[in-house]
Amino acid sequence: MSSMNRFVSSVVKEIAPSGIRKFFDLVSQTEGVISLGVGEPDFVTPWHIREACFYSLEKGYTMYTSNHGLPELREEIAAYEKKRIGISYEPENEILVTVGVSEAVDLAFRTLLEPGDEVLVPEPSYVSYGPGATLAYGKAVPVPTYDEDQYRLRADVLEKCLSPRSKILVLAYPNNPTGGIMYREDLEALVDIIVKNDLIVISDEIYSELTYNGKHVSITSFPGMKDRTVLMNGFSKAYAMTGWRVGYACGHPDIIAGMTKIHQYTIMCAPIMGQKAALEALRHGEGEMRKMVDDYNHRRKLILSGFHEIGMECFEPRGAFYCFPSIKNSGMNSEDFCEQLLMEEQVAVVPGNAFGSNGEGFIRCCYAASIKNIEEALEKMGRFLYRHRNA
Amino acid sequence: MELEKEILKLLEQDAKLSAKTIGVMLDKDEEKIKAVISKLEEDKIILGYNTVINWERRGEEGVTAMIDVKVLPEREVGFNSVAERVYRFPEVRCVYLMSGTYDLSVVVCGNTMKDIAWFVSHKLSTLDGVQSTVTHFILKRYKQDNFIFEEPEEDKRLVVSP
Repeated sequence: MSSMNRFVSSVVKEIAPSGIRKFFDLVSQTEGVISLGVGEPDFVTPWHIREACFYSLEKGYTMYTSNHGLPELREEIAAYEKKRIGISYEPENEILVTVGVSEAVDLAFRTLLEPGDEVLVPEPSYVSYGPGATLAYGKAVPVPTYDEDQYRLRADVLEKCLSPRSKILVLAYPNNPTGGIMYREDLEALVDIIVKNDLIVISDEIYSELTYNGKHVSITSFPGMKDRTVLMNGFSKAYAMTGWRVGYACGHPDIIAGMTKIHQYTIMCAPIMGQKAALEALRHGEGEMRKMVDDYNHRRKLILSGFHEIGMECFEPRGAFYCFPSIKNSGMNSEDFCEQLLMEEQVAVVPGNAFGSNGEGFIRCCYAASIKNIEEALEKMGRFLYRHRNA
Repeated sequence: MELEKEILKLLEQDAKLSAKTIGVMLDKDEEKIKAVISKLEEDKIILGYNTVINWERRGEEGVTAMIDVKVLPEREVGFNSVAERVYRFPEVRCVYLMSGTYDLSVVVCGNTMKDIAWFVSHKLSTLDGVQSTVTHFILKRYKQDNFIFEEPEEDKRLVVSP
């Protein structure tokens, strides 16, 4: 077949393929794998939410919704955010329902960036922000966060990464892949820098319901930060609704209007089935959601204690459903570690460098897995480490 | 006590959880968990540990019936003495006192329908105080004690995702 590569734009060519993709192919070819490599809940969407979706289909809700999303859903979102972070958003013009937070992030980059503008992305980070910025002709600037700080973003490190082109700061806490969270005082230390440098924040709070020992604090709740923040949230993690693809963005009407313009020409609206299900989640889903959070918490403690027992250092993650243990004493780099662990013990975990270069030396383990699988995976990892440490 | 309740909730879902695992999940040491469980057993709050088995899947025959029983209550003891005489039979799995049109609901297991018919006609309906019985045979089990019998839910997630 002749190469058609000349037709692919240079911007797309510039983006490196996801490190996760490569690993996915490898895991898919292996039999009998216990996977701690997933990035989603192990629960199926609660039945009452699925059932509400069937009902809406029976009633014939199969059409477009308003570009902004169903008005009643936006109202519920406003009430929910008011309760969650204490900030009021106008359902009319400050909330946009999107196809997952992923779309919201893309829209925000395209709305906010001029070519060459810089996006500050704390790393290790979820895989989409960098490429998203590149596709919007911006430039992603990694801001390292460190294991010894429990991956909280430090003001002094952020300051070193600033330039006259700095425009957006991405805050994604609780964090994928580390499970790190930002405490009130950590965020407080950033506010001055954000204002002084006239930055705007994209705050991806998709994991905010999944915090353990203390409630999530949002950057939007600091004085003056509401207008400077595009808040993003959704239903995927808290309500186990990843496949429904419903999320939303809240922010200043000017920015939401810009994002809506792109959204209406490219997406039109988020799928109505997902929106109807999301409505049910917000209206009646809290009980089931709290139960799931309790369950994650039990398993979080289990995996953490397991890592300590097999001699893997890991800080205590206070959010999401990930642990980010160090593999330094194995003498391997993260990719080799993951490949060999897969080959020798059929356990899948994700190499830390898939989330940025300073994730090297670590692996991401998702504890949204059954207790049996967590215990079995820990045993196998222990065996693996023992073998390689003594090799 | 909150700890007791937390332990019970976990064991209700999975009786095979070890004291060590429960201890880790609840930030308590193993010995403490063992002590609480022993106490719960002594106090008859934990009565025992069963296994939910899909016998049919193994090709085993067996019949279960749910029997509605109307009972004439006795002075002073109400339904209790009849209920006791019913639940003493080993083939009786459950006995409940019900509101509504009948009084006791009795779940009985046997190898064949004949076994159950014999139990109802010879043992149950002949008890003093039992006025009538209606026997319903279970045709198919869909869900029992939180487990779905037909097709156990499997993990449909991609093996690795960001």
